[in-house]
Order: sequence, then C-alpha cells, then structure tokens
Amino acid sequence: MSAAVLVADLKSADMTLAARAGRVAKVAAEFADAVDRDARFPQEAVAVMREERLLGIQVPASHGGEGASLSEIAEVCSILGQACSASAMVFAMHQIKVSSLVEHGTDSAWHSGFMHELAARQLLVASATTEGGIGGNMRNSICAIEIDGETCRLTKDATVISYGAHADAIMVTSRAHETAAPGDQVMTVFRKGQYTLQKTVDWDTLGMRGTCSDGFLFKGEAPAEQVFPKPFAEIAAQSMLATSHLLWSAVWFGIAADAVLRAQAFVRAAARKSNGATPPGAARLAEASNMLQMLKANIQSGLKLYEAAKRDADQLSSMAFSIAMNNVKLSSSETILTIINQAMIICGIMGYKNGTPYSLGRHLRDAHSAQLMISNDRILGNTSTMLLIQKPDTSLFG
Amino acid sequence: MNETIRELLGRVGGLPVAVNEIADDADLYAAGLSSFASVQLMLGIEEAFDLEFPDSLLNRKSFASIQAIEQTLTQIVKTQAAA
Repeated sequence: MSAAVLVADLKSADMTLAARAGRVAKVAAEFADAVDRDARFPQEAVAVMREERLLGIQVPASHGGEGASLSEIAEVCSILGQACSASAMVFAMHQIKVSSLVEHGTDSAWHSGFMHELAARQLLVASATTEGGIGGNMRNSICAIEIDGETCRLTKDATVISYGAHADAIMVTSRAHETAAPGDQVMTVFRKGQYTLQKTVDWDTLGMRGTCSDGFLFKGEAPAEQVFPKPFAEIAAQSMLATSHLLWSAVWFGIAADAVLRAQAFVRAAARKSNGATPPGAARLAEASNMLQMLKANIQSGLKLYEAAKRDADQLSSMAFSIAMNNVKLSSSETILTIINQAMIICGIMGYKNGTPYSLGRHLRDAHSAQLMISNDRILGNTSTMLLIQKPDTSLFG
Repeated sequence: MNETIRELLGRVGGLPVAVNEIADDADLYAAGLSSFASVQLMLGIEEAFDLEFPDSLLNRKSFASIQAIEQTLTQIVKTQAAA
C-alpha cells in the first residue's frame, strides 16, 4: 500500500468517539475469551485504546485532551462492555482516576503537568484505595504518608490494585500524616519508577478475571508535590463516588446488552428454522428488553444528574446526590444479573456451553462482580443512614 | 447553642479526642467524624433544637466544623422566623 493511500485511509477513518471505541471493541472481543480463561491483562485492547487515544479523552483541551463529558465516557464504557468486560472495566477504572485529576488537580502545577503528559503519552492510571485491615471501607486508611521536606514516602498493604502491574502510575490513599485519624486521608500520585510492587495476593476469581486485581505490598517515594492538595474525603465525595457508580454501571449495561443481543440472535435463528414460529423463550426476550430499557433510563438519569451537579461542590457532596448515585449502582448491579439470567434461559444449553455464538457463562460470571464492587450491603447501610435525615426524592422531574 | 452542639458531639461524635480540645473552626471530618456519626449528630441537633434540616443544607460543608453547624442553625432559625 502506498503512503498516499495510507494517508487517504487515515483521513477517511471515522473519528467519532463511538467509532474509535468500536475499533477497540473489535479487538477486545477477539481476545475476550483468552483474557478470561488465562486471567491475563487485556493488553491487545489497551494497546488499541492508546492508538485511538482514548485514555486521555477526559483531560480538558487546555491540557492536551479532548474534554469528553462523563456521558461520552460512559458510552465508550458500554461499547467496550459489550465486547470484553475486563477491557471495559480497566478503561472505566482508569477514567475514574482521571476524573480525580481533572476535578481536583487543575490548581496544582504538578497535577496539571501530569495531565498534559497523560494525554500526550496515553498513560494508564491505577488505583490503590483498598488496604488490609480496613474491612473494605476505602474512606479509612491505616497507612500514613510520611512527608520529609520535599519528599513523601508511603508503604501500603494494598490487598487489591487492579492492573497494578500494568499501570504507568498509581493513585494511593493514606492517612494525611502519622497522627491523623483513619478518615483524615490524602491521595498521592506515584509514577512508575517511583514505587515497587511486591505481589502478595493472586487474582484468581469467578469473573472479571482480566482486570488482574492482584494484591501488592506497595512502597513508594516521590516529590511531596505529588500529594493531591485537597483532602481525599472531598475527592471521594465530589468525583470518585459518582464517576465510579456511573461508569461501572455503563460497563455493566454493556455486558447485559450483549447478553440480550445474543438471546435475540438465538430466538431469531430458531424462528427462521421453524417458519416464524417463536421458540418458548420469546416472551422472556421481551422481558429482558424491558429490563434493559429500565437499566438504560436509570443510568442516563444518573448521568444527567451528575452533569447538572458537576460545577456545584455543595450539590455534589449533598446527601440527596449520594443517595441518587447509590441507587444507580444498586439497581444496575442487581438488574444485570436478572437480565443475563433471562438471556441464559432463552438460549438454554447453547448459552450455558462455552464456545457457542450464544455463550453467556462469561457474561454471568463477570456480572456477579457488580454487587461486590463496594458491597451492595454496605451501600444499602449508608443510604439507610442518610435516609434518617434526608427526605426521599419524590419528584418525577428535577 | 455552642455548648449544646459540643455536648452532642461528645455523646455521638465518636471522636478520638475530647470535645473541649476541638477549636470552633477545626475540621470535624479531619478530627475523625464519620459520615454515620455526622447523621447521629444531625438527628441529635434536630431533637435538641426542635427543627428540621432542609435538604439544601444536608451536605458536608454544613457540618464541617462547630462554627459551620452554628451558622447552619442560625440560618435555619432565621428562615423559620421569616416564614
């Protein structure tokens, strides 16, 4: 192929976000079964994310990115989720970390510079918020960062760092100083080369196997300016809570949508073979499509609420907003299991078996992680506490 | 008002330090106030002052310090008097 043809090809390539995500999804789908079987990092899909420059889309244009909205990013998550849950979840978790930079890092010279570099070099960012001994509550830390002049040092028994071994940087939470209360936390960006990871726990799980969420003993040392200038409590309340629940839900929507698509293909194929007579599962397909639509409406309304509250720190840290985001997470994580289960009943043995066009085992296993990524029971507890004070939202609009 | 808030904070706040060691403008979350304890505190205040927090004031800022709670309460009392 001549260079001229190549250039013409590049020019004609569809550069909308959906098209770029579609090209990643194509590769992600090709390797999804291998990634799942071997519990390995989806390196092929992540390489195409970099080629398509998707890792930096959320970074503002002033910092070399594209300033994509959370709704646009959620759409990418759902497109990837239809192909490979692990690739989609890696992308979602990365974007959740980028949202902390975008929302809380623009006033700091170091974090601004890092954002520029992230967009330019398509750096992948991981997160270390979980710690042995805190009982799953990421708003508490045991480890404390040590600030020594212009240097900071941190050792953390991180029981989960998703794709930690494959990241270009890790954002790590800790207590703000040696005598700080467990909830008085900061978050620090450590770049590759500024830390060592000693693997302590293997990620051998039912599903979401490709996120490679191994446990590590993290030891880092970096310039102290890499500590976020805001308390982690504010970062968690104003960007992490909402972006996590919304982007995870978008990934889960993608998994459920692909399951419904497979179930529909099964019903159509059966109807074609029997001169249009529908197979027994056809009514369930109607139910599944109904639930998928409810799920979509739920996530869209959550995204709308977030985009409206985005510029207002008071609203983002209000109880009403937290309850709304918690509710999005609770219902999407539960609904997808029901939807995929319906799809499995529709496809029967062809859905239960691996390696058929209607296989749903991976979908179902991956979907089971949704209720546990921040335990739904913990979320129910938090919401019910808030409902001691906060009135439930009874408005249809607004 | 200040004394009642401090008394409630001591009873339900679950803070690792004594309430009289906390300055009026000190960050209560940094001092160890959990979100659960902050709801307990709000409930206690509603009971003690016989008022109800409007949804618009149910955010972190309203309860960030003893001073912030006093300001929140003053604002509610003013609004109720005007109503």
